Amino acid sequence: MFKNYLKVALKVLARRKFFTFISLFGISITLLVLLVTAAVFDHALAPHSPETRSDRTLGIYQLTMRGPNNTQNSDPGYGFLDRYVRPLSKLPGVERFSIVSAPQTAVSYVGGKKIESQLRRADGEFWRILEAEFLEGSPFTSEDESGARFVAVINETTRDRFFEGRPAMGRTIEVDGQRFRVVGVVRDVPALRFSSSADMWVPISTTKSRHYKEEWLDQFHGLILARDRADLPAIKSEFQASLREAERHLPDPKRYQTLTASADTLFEAYVRRFTPGNTDVIYPGRVKALLFLLMLLFMLLPTLNLVNINLSRILDRASEIGVRKAFGASSRTLVGQFVVENLVLTLLGALAGLVLAAVVLSALNSSGFLPYARLALNYRVFFYGLIMALFFGILSGVYPAWRMSKLHPVQALRGRSV
Amino acid sequence: MIHLDQVSKMYRTDRIETTALDNINLAVEKGELVSIMGPSGCGKSTLLNLMGLLDEPSSGKVELDGITINGQGDRALARVRNERIGFIFQQFHLVSDLSVVDNVEIPLLYRKMSNRERRKAALAALDRVGLSSRTHHFPTQLSGGQQQRVAIARAIVGRPAILLADEPTGNLDSQMGDEIMDILEGLHSEGTTIVMVTHDPRLAERTNRTVRLFDGRQVQ
Repeated sequence: MFKNYLKVALKVLARRKFFTFISLFGISITLLVLLVTAAVFDHALAPHSPETRSDRTLGIYQLTMRGPNNTQNSDPGYGFLDRYVRPLSKLPGVERFSIVSAPQTAVSYVGGKKIESQLRRADGEFWRILEAEFLEGSPFTSEDESGARFVAVINETTRDRFFEGRPAMGRTIEVDGQRFRVVGVVRDVPALRFSSSADMWVPISTTKSRHYKEEWLDQFHGLILARDRADLPAIKSEFQASLREAERHLPDPKRYQTLTASADTLFEAYVRRFTPGNTDVIYPGRVKALLFLLMLLFMLLPTLNLVNINLSRILDRASEIGVRKAFGASSRTLVGQFVVENLVLTLLGALAGLVLAAVVLSALNSSGFLPYARLALNYRVFFYGLIMALFFGILSGVYPAWRMSKLHPVQALRGRSV
Repeated sequence: MIHLDQVSKMYRTDRIETTALDNINLAVEKGELVSIMGPSGCGKSTLLNLMGLLDEPSSGKVELDGITINGQGDRALARVRNERIGFIFQQFHLVSDLSVVDNVEIPLLYRKMSNRERRKAALAALDRVGLSSRTHHFPTQLSGGQQQRVAIARAIVGRPAILLADEPTGNLDSQMGDEIMDILEGLHSEGTTIVMVTHDPRLAERTNRTVRLFDGRQVQ
């Protein structure tokens, strides 16, 4: 039966070439936009190298100190993270804890040419939370960090810029007046991965001044790797308890009495970053619902177009509907047939959308619009695309199919649609 | 086999009520070959549609094999049509997008059958009407007579007990019309009950009996 439906579907599409083209064009452009959006979201939020464990990682990216007349809001400082967050690593649900700085612009001169790089300072645990792909060497370790060794891990692009693509292991680079020995080269980390992306990483202990060890507000982030995703709520709750403890030891209790911060998943961190105004309370669930609603609204126009085209085809197919009814097709069976036909159309449109999306993503990757982006149609994006196409196909197919199936067989055999 | 008891059919629009059939009492017994005759618009096709469960009477009762059909749901009627009745239309009503054999398979799509069984039955039905060599042609590649033979193959592929033919030779020349009638007579001789609407007295003469309608009423 399905083969028969498929044959009819393809014939009908071939028969009305212009309408088929319009339908396919609408579907493929809609899915192209949705697939590219899904690929960007996937790239930013889903577990990808080096953040393959991002689904069970929490980050502390912001800290706010408040008093009756004063508010300070910034990235947390090493002192705060070391004293009040590091103890959480003793919790049974916590596998690792790391402190890493936000990227800062560092300047080097190579052959008289100025090179600006994004530099992060990290501890040894940072590389054990990430699963970076090393092209040369290995990461620096906790011993390198405690020994304040001047070692660096650089990315592929930095190797190209400093050493013209030649092996960098053991060679020295000078950054902001400090000299580091390269111990590892990693594949470029996309800029959208804001807890790990940089051009080079060096131990925190190589920082010129030691003041950072006391700071509550500075430019560091804390990363907590849970043993399991199910441990995340308990860790968040313990983090809040630590904040309450920290409030009792605030550095300037006359000016500041309360602390606000959150241990966020990657998605929550994005929501907080893009939420205007007070970000103490965010609503990730509502943001997800809003994104879903926007996707639906975006699909509404081509869906209505397809519904219209399908309805106009009723007259064309009245005789066939009459014959099928006369020979034993129930209304339900006919709804099934026409929905299958519509799904064939939308899946063809999805296929075209997929090819177009691959071209657009490749162009985006090579444009440098998103630094180090490796946007791709992986199985997850493909799955989203398939779900969207099926949803689109069913949404635009059910009503016309229902209308077609309700045709009176006698009227249908006379070629009338009503 | 088919019993119509005081059956009437009215069509209503906002202002006008038209009586298509008025108080018809008719019994078609198993194995009969019956023709329905009458002038255009007298209700012949409406009567055939009621017998074929494609339409419901405004009043009266339609029985098939002793079971009252009135008020049955869409799925139940579809099943009865699929299993018990075959249709032949004046306009052939072949699906132009499907090949001859795919057209013939249509009634079997709504039965639980394997693809192989379906194809085997369709080829046998086409063989029965002498079209074995045209199985993969499309309807537009066939003559009118050949198209009607495909329509007959489609009507008989599910081995229905009743064949309802609405002017099956109406679009054909007399020679092709005779060929179609020969096939119908052959099916009748094998035990199929056939009810046929026709304008052609020559064809009506070849049936067991003729029901005549005039202005929606049975006159003979």
